[in-house]
Amino acid sequence: MDYFAQQLINGLVLGSIYGLIAIGYTMVYGIVGMINFAHGDIFMIGGFIALITFLILVSFGLTAIPLILLVVLLVSMAITALYGWTVERIAYRPLRHSFRLAPMLSAIGMSFVLTNYSQVAQGARVKPVPPIITGGYTLHEGAEGFVVQLSNIQIIVVITTIVLLGLFTWLVSSTRLGRDMRACEQDQTMASLLGVDVDRTISMTFVIGAALAAVAGMMYLLYYGLVDFFMGFVAGIKAFTAAVLGGIGSLPGAMLGGLLIGLIETLWSAYFSVEYKDVAAFSILIVVLIFLPTGLLGRPEVEKV
Amino acid sequence: MSATPAAQTSRAPGAAFIFKKSLISALVALVLFSLMIGVRTEAGSDGQLTYWTRFGDLAAIVAAVFGGSIIIELLRQWWGPVETVRVVPAPVQSALSLAGRFVAPVLLVFTFLVPVLFYDERYILDLGILVLTYVMLGWGLNVVVGLAGLLDLGYVAFYAVGAYSYALLATNFGLSFWVCLPLAGILAAFWGVLLGFPVLRLRGDYLAIVTLAFGEIIRLVIINWQSLTGGPNGVTGIPRPTLFGIPLTPGDDGLAAMLGIEFSPTHRIVFLFYLILALALLTNWVTIRLRRLPIGRAWEALREDEVACRALGINTTTTKLTAFATGAMFGGFAGAFFATRQGFISPESFTFHESALVLAIVVLGGMGSQLGVALAALTMIGGFELFRGLDQYRMLVFGMAMVLLMIWRPRGLIGHRAPTVFLQRQQAISSDLVKEGHG
Repeated sequence: MDYFAQQLINGLVLGSIYGLIAIGYTMVYGIVGMINFAHGDIFMIGGFIALITFLILVSFGLTAIPLILLVVLLVSMAITALYGWTVERIAYRPLRHSFRLAPMLSAIGMSFVLTNYSQVAQGARVKPVPPIITGGYTLHEGAEGFVVQLSNIQIIVVITTIVLLGLFTWLVSSTRLGRDMRACEQDQTMASLLGVDVDRTISMTFVIGAALAAVAGMMYLLYYGLVDFFMGFVAGIKAFTAAVLGGIGSLPGAMLGGLLIGLIETLWSAYFSVEYKDVAAFSILIVVLIFLPTGLLGRPEVEKV
Repeated sequence: MSATPAAQTSRAPGAAFIFKKSLISALVALVLFSLMIGVRTEAGSDGQLTYWTRFGDLAAIVAAVFGGSIIIELLRQWWGPVETVRVVPAPVQSALSLAGRFVAPVLLVFTFLVPVLFYDERYILDLGILVLTYVMLGWGLNVVVGLAGLLDLGYVAFYAVGAYSYALLATNFGLSFWVCLPLAGILAAFWGVLLGFPVLRLRGDYLAIVTLAFGEIIRLVIINWQSLTGGPNGVTGIPRPTLFGIPLTPGDDGLAAMLGIEFSPTHRIVFLFYLILALALLTNWVTIRLRRLPIGRAWEALREDEVACRALGINTTTTKLTAFATGAMFGGFAGAFFATRQGFISPESFTFHESALVLAIVVLGGMGSQLGVALAALTMIGGFELFRGLDQYRMLVFGMAMVLLMIWRPRGLIGHRAPTVFLQRQQAISSDLVKEGHG
């Protein structure tokens, strides 16, 4: 039972990171109707920028950890958001009214560009960082000496995710930008007739998605203590799986899907085999889609002739 | 869709505008690259991360972006507004059909002559084999994506199934290539149907992600099922193909000894070249024939409108499954060929990158055009080879090329369609009007 509780905690933390990435997928899909294949790599870039900012700050002699974390968070969110904006501007906007496969392939190309760009720019080797946040709480001490622990970093990841999710839900439901986003999601032509700047709204969607991915990248860096240029691909696929599982286009769905994927992955590794954890996640995606083709919280797509 | 004169004058911005725009691009580039290029991190020998700055590189890149965007703006002005053409104009159409009539046979004859012309140039022969493999894969995937409109991002799974089928059957049971080839095709087709069943109800991007997941599952299983597949080490010692039982070896029973000519290792390369050419042409021939059968018509109808298809009484289940199975079968053949050519296979050859490459070939080829796919494979693989010297920049260039090609020609290099069925006269249309299907 203790073991299970520990795995549950680990799974929820991992799921929060996936959920943050999945929100970016689901928002872009909701508005533009395309899979932003480069989003996983945006997450990776976010991790790298967090790492570099962290290194520079530490070498300047900063020691106040909360201050460092705040600066790293803001810098990586800002720069990664600009990456998201640029990717949309270069690779997707010219293809907005093109046929559906074109932006998808362009996105796959962009994903290759970002992966290899960071390999060329920062080298192929894994970049480790020493643990920045240490310590934690012991929740329960079992009879056989097994300890259920909740580390500080896990608390930070979960709290950041909850705060961002709340902020983001507020943004979509109660601000001008959120209203524009929802309007564009329903009908871009009509939205632009009613004075919504569609281009700007779509750009902002990419910017917000990339900023959230940057947070996920930073959390990943803090939690696992490493980044490498290839981590975006697998994380990206899993986050997309999470978005689809939760019902693409739905924000709570993305978070729910992320948590589920995180839990499935962790529990599968804990009880069955570590090697097949990705296979388990993908198989469950397939099984869910067979029975619930629109995901858990998605709306059924209306077929029009 | 021509722009009004007023719009045209406003479309010709002055030097100040261009300068401002380029300056903004340069600023964006400065922020983007500031940390990623300007600072280089590396883990030292003791595991401690160190960094050093590269402001020179950063300045060079920002300057290049500034200059580049000025040039692009000037080019854009010089080019003028782009007009959209829906029905391909008559002269272009006749030129295209003329080209289509001649380019294909000329290419075919040239391909047949390649081993004769470049007999001594091993590199060109190897490259030819590689291009033909991708032509075959492209034609195979074309059945699924181009004809049936089912977006498949995991095509490499069938390629892997074919390769591993041959490799394992040949190394474990000693079956010959010619026995294994159909078996590999059948097994791949079986997997195609297996994948097809769960995704029957899915459409569009859901289908894309499930096929992608399927491709990854196959790869992960191959990596982890070490007792069967050898895991990451792959399968070695895969037998070379024989000419229907006659080995291409220097021994007494070899082909060279039989024909009474001197043995040369090039014979095998030439043989492999013709083998993959034959397989590719088989794929092409079968596809062209199938397009004229009811099943091929059903595929194309499915791509255009699934609901209408169902309303007309077409069984979408069998239509989709046959498309998956047919495409997968050709993928399996290509995989078996790949295994016998390499003599060694490992999961590294079957990554998502391959699926993306083949899909890019199909889309660049104009989705459904057989000649287009062949030309796109030649362009992509040939272009990829050109940058071999660039080593780690190669994938970067490849990705950029993919993005730029999509922006330049979203409908593929050959962006027109000649209909399979027509009333009075055959009129090619721009493929903008062809639907891509919803999966």
